[in-house]
Amino acid sequence: MAEDAVFRVAGLRKSFGPIQVLGGVDLELRSGEVIVLMGANGAGKSTLVKIVSGVYQRDGGQMVLAGVDYRPASPAEAMRAGVVTVHQNINDGVVATLDVATNLTLDRLNGAGAPLLYNPRRIRREAQAVAERMGLDIDLGAAIADLSLADRQMVAIARAMAHEPKVLILDEPTSSLSSSEANRLFALIDRLRERGVAILYISHRMSDIRRLADRIVSLRDGQIAGVFVEKPLDYEAAVNAMLGQAMGRRTIEPRTADRTVFAAENLKLADGARPFSLSLGDGEVVAITGLVGVGKTALAETLFGARRPLGGTMTLNGVAYAPASPGEAIAAGVYLVAKDRSENGIVRDFNVYENMSLPFLRRLSAFGISRRRAERALARRQIADLGIVCRSERDDMATLSGGNQQKVMVARWMAQGAALFMLDEPFQGVDIAARHDIAARLRASAAGRATLVFVTELDEALETADRILVMSEHAIVGEHVNAGIDMDRLLAEVAGQGARNAA
Amino acid sequence: MIRDVAIRYGFLALLFGLVGFFAAAAQGFASPQSAVFIFQSVAITGVLALGVTATLVVGGFDLSIGSVATSAMMAAAYVMVVLEQNALVAILVCLLIGAAVGLINGFLIVYTRVPDLLATLGMMFLLVGLQRIPTEGRSIATGMTMPDGSVANGKFSDAFLALGRHRFDFFIPNLVPVSVVVLIVLALLIWFFLEYTRFGRMMYAVGSNERAAELAGAPVKAYKIWAYVISGIFASIGGILLAARLGRGDIASGNNLLLDSVAAALIGFAVLGAAKPNAFGTAIGALFVGVLLQGLTMMNAPYYTQDFVKGAVLVVALVFTFALSNRGKR
Repeated sequence: MAEDAVFRVAGLRKSFGPIQVLGGVDLELRSGEVIVLMGANGAGKSTLVKIVSGVYQRDGGQMVLAGVDYRPASPAEAMRAGVVTVHQNINDGVVATLDVATNLTLDRLNGAGAPLLYNPRRIRREAQAVAERMGLDIDLGAAIADLSLADRQMVAIARAMAHEPKVLILDEPTSSLSSSEANRLFALIDRLRERGVAILYISHRMSDIRRLADRIVSLRDGQIAGVFVEKPLDYEAAVNAMLGQAMGRRTIEPRTADRTVFAAENLKLADGARPFSLSLGDGEVVAITGLVGVGKTALAETLFGARRPLGGTMTLNGVAYAPASPGEAIAAGVYLVAKDRSENGIVRDFNVYENMSLPFLRRLSAFGISRRRAERALARRQIADLGIVCRSERDDMATLSGGNQQKVMVARWMAQGAALFMLDEPFQGVDIAARHDIAARLRASAAGRATLVFVTELDEALETADRILVMSEHAIVGEHVNAGIDMDRLLAEVAGQGARNAA
Repeated sequence: MIRDVAIRYGFLALLFGLVGFFAAAAQGFASPQSAVFIFQSVAITGVLALGVTATLVVGGFDLSIGSVATSAMMAAAYVMVVLEQNALVAILVCLLIGAAVGLINGFLIVYTRVPDLLATLGMMFLLVGLQRIPTEGRSIATGMTMPDGSVANGKFSDAFLALGRHRFDFFIPNLVPVSVVVLIVLALLIWFFLEYTRFGRMMYAVGSNERAAELAGAPVKAYKIWAYVISGIFASIGGILLAARLGRGDIASGNNLLLDSVAAALIGFAVLGAAKPNAFGTAIGALFVGVLLQGLTMMNAPYYTQDFVKGAVLVVALVFTFALSNRGKR
C-alpha cells in the first residue's frame, strides 16, 4: 500500500522555542483519496499544513513527493512542486479588487517567463481554459468583491488547481460557507478526486467529514492519535482519539446545586437552530463542550449581552435578565473571561494591575478618580491567590508566560463576586500546571455563584466540571453528571448523532 | 540598561541640552522674557495638540483641529463685529462650534464607520470652506463692508482682546500672557484626566484593545465620541486665543496650526519612553519645537528653515518611539 502513496510524511517534527508542536508525525496521501485530518485547537494541524506548504521549515523528519525528496523553501516552491494549499481565510486566496479571470491566472503574472505586458485577452483565454477544466460556472468578468464567499472559495480552489497539483490541501474550507454553498464545494472535491488528486481535508465539521472522508487521521498534541481506514468509518472513535479523554485525569466529586441561579428558556442562538433550555445552580461548575463552531462562543456572548438571542427568555436569580450590552451584564453580576485573550482580553499597553482592574474601575475609584493604591492592593491579593508568577503587579503583560497571562485574565473577573461566572476556552494556550491551578481555583471558589466553562477538549471538561452539557449545531443536545459518564453516548452527541436522533 | 535610560530620558536630555546650548550661544535667550515668548509662541498649537492627544489616546486621529480653530476665530469675529455681541457670547459660540464639530466627527467615525483620517479630513475641507461663506471670502474687521453693502460697526470687545493681550504679573510686572496660563491650565487638566481618572484609563484601554475594553463593559462608542468632542472644544479654545491675539477675523492665518500641533502630539510619544499618546509628552513636544525655533531665530537662522527643522525633529522623535523602544515592535 505504501507504494501507492503519492505524498509521504515520516517522523515530522517541529518546535517553537521550547514548545514542541509536532512530535513525529507520519502521514500518507494517495491519489484519488480524501483524507480528513481532525484535531483540536493547538493539536498542530496548522503547523503541519504550514510545513507541507512551505511556510515553515521542519526541524526533523522526511517528506517524499512522488518518490522524490520534498523540501520546499517557500510556498511558491511548494506550489511548483505540485503541493497546493487553500487556506482557511478565503480572502487570502483571492484579490478582491481584480476580476475572476485575473484571479484565476494571477500566479502566471509572476515568476520567470511571465511576459512583461499584461494582455487582457490572453488572460481571459487562459482563465477560460482553467474554468472549463474545473467546471467552474462563474462570470469571468465579475469582480471578486461582488461574489459570494462560496464563489470566491471556488475561484481560489480553481486558481490553485490551475497548477495541476498532485496534492491539494484544504484548510477548513467550509468554516464560512452555508450548507448549500458547502455542497457545491463538495461536488468540486468529488470531481478532483476522480481526476486523481490526493486531497488532505482539514475540518472540525462532522457533516463535512461524513460526506467526504475516505480515511480519517486524528491529530492530538502533535502526534497521530488514530488512523481510521475501514469502512464504515468509525467517526466516534476518531473524535475520541482527537479529544483524547481519560488519560491521567483527576477525578472529581460532582456537587449538586439546591438553588437555581441562572435559567434560560427556549433560547435560540441561530437561524434554524433548535431552541433549548438551560439551568445553572449555586455552587456548581458546569462545562459546555462541543466541537469548534457549534455555537459555544455564541452562547457565552448571548449570556454576556454581547449578542442578542433570536428567541427565548433568561432569568438571573429569579429576575428577568436581558442584557443589552456587556456593561449591563457586568452590572448584573454576569462576568465572562472571553476566549483568545490577546484579541479579547489583554490590553497590551497596560501592566498587570491595570489589566486586572479594567472592568471594575468604577468600584475602584472615588469621584471618577482612580485609586491606584486600592487597585494595586487588589492585584497583589489576586496574584497571591492564583499563584501568578511575576515580579510585581506593575509588570508588563508581555513579560508573563501564556499561562500566567491567562491567570491574570481569570483574576480580573474573580476580583469581584459574581452571580454567573463564565469562561470561554480558559485553557487555550495554557500549560498543564496553570490549567490545573485555574481549574482548582474555579472549583474552590464556586460557592455563591454559578460557573459555566466552555471547552472543546473533553479532558478539560472532565477535570473541571460537576456537570457536562454537550452542544451541537447551536443547541444543547446532551447532559451528563460528571461521575461514571457514558462515554459512548457523550462522544456520539459531540459527533452530532444526538442532535439527529432528537430532531 | 543604557538603552532603557536613553529611550526614557533621551528626549528630555535633548531638550535641556538645547536650552543650555542656546543659553550659551544666543545672547538674551536665558531670560524670563525669552522663556515667556517661547511659551506664548507655542500656546495655541499646544492647546490644539492637547486636544488631538485625546483622539490619539482612543486610537483615532483628528485632522480637523486646525480648521476648527480658524472657524472659531472667524465666528468670534463675526459675532462681535457683525452681530455686535459681547465677549461672552462670542466665546460661547466658539465653544459650541468646537463641541458640535467634535460630535459630528465622532458620529461619522463611530456610527457611519468612515475611517477617522478621512472623516476628519472631509470635515477640515468643509470647515475651511464654510468659514468663508458668511463674508464671501473676506476677512472680518471693524468697518468692513458686508456683502449686502452695509458696514459692520461692531468691534472686538476689550474683555475679549484681553485674552490675547493681557499679561499677568509674575515676579516681573506684565510678564505672563493669558494664553500661556490657558495652556498650562488645560495641560494640567487633560493630564490629570487621562492619567488619574477612570475615564482616562478607559480611553487608553479603548485605544489599545477596543474589543477587550468592550468586553470589560466599557461604552466604547461613547468614549470615542467624547474624545472627538474634547478635541473639538480644545481646538475652538485655540481659535478664541488666536482671534484675541490678532484682533480680527483673518482668513489667511492659522495655516500651520494643524501640522504644528500634530507634530507636537507625535513628538510627545517619545518623551519618557511612553511610546503612546500622553498629555505631558504633548506639552513637552510643543515646548521643544518652541525652544528650537526661538533659539534658531535668535541665532539668526532664516525663517524659511523653520518647517524643515520641525520636520526633522518629528522624524527623529518617531524613530525614538518606534525603532528604539520595545513597545513599537510588539
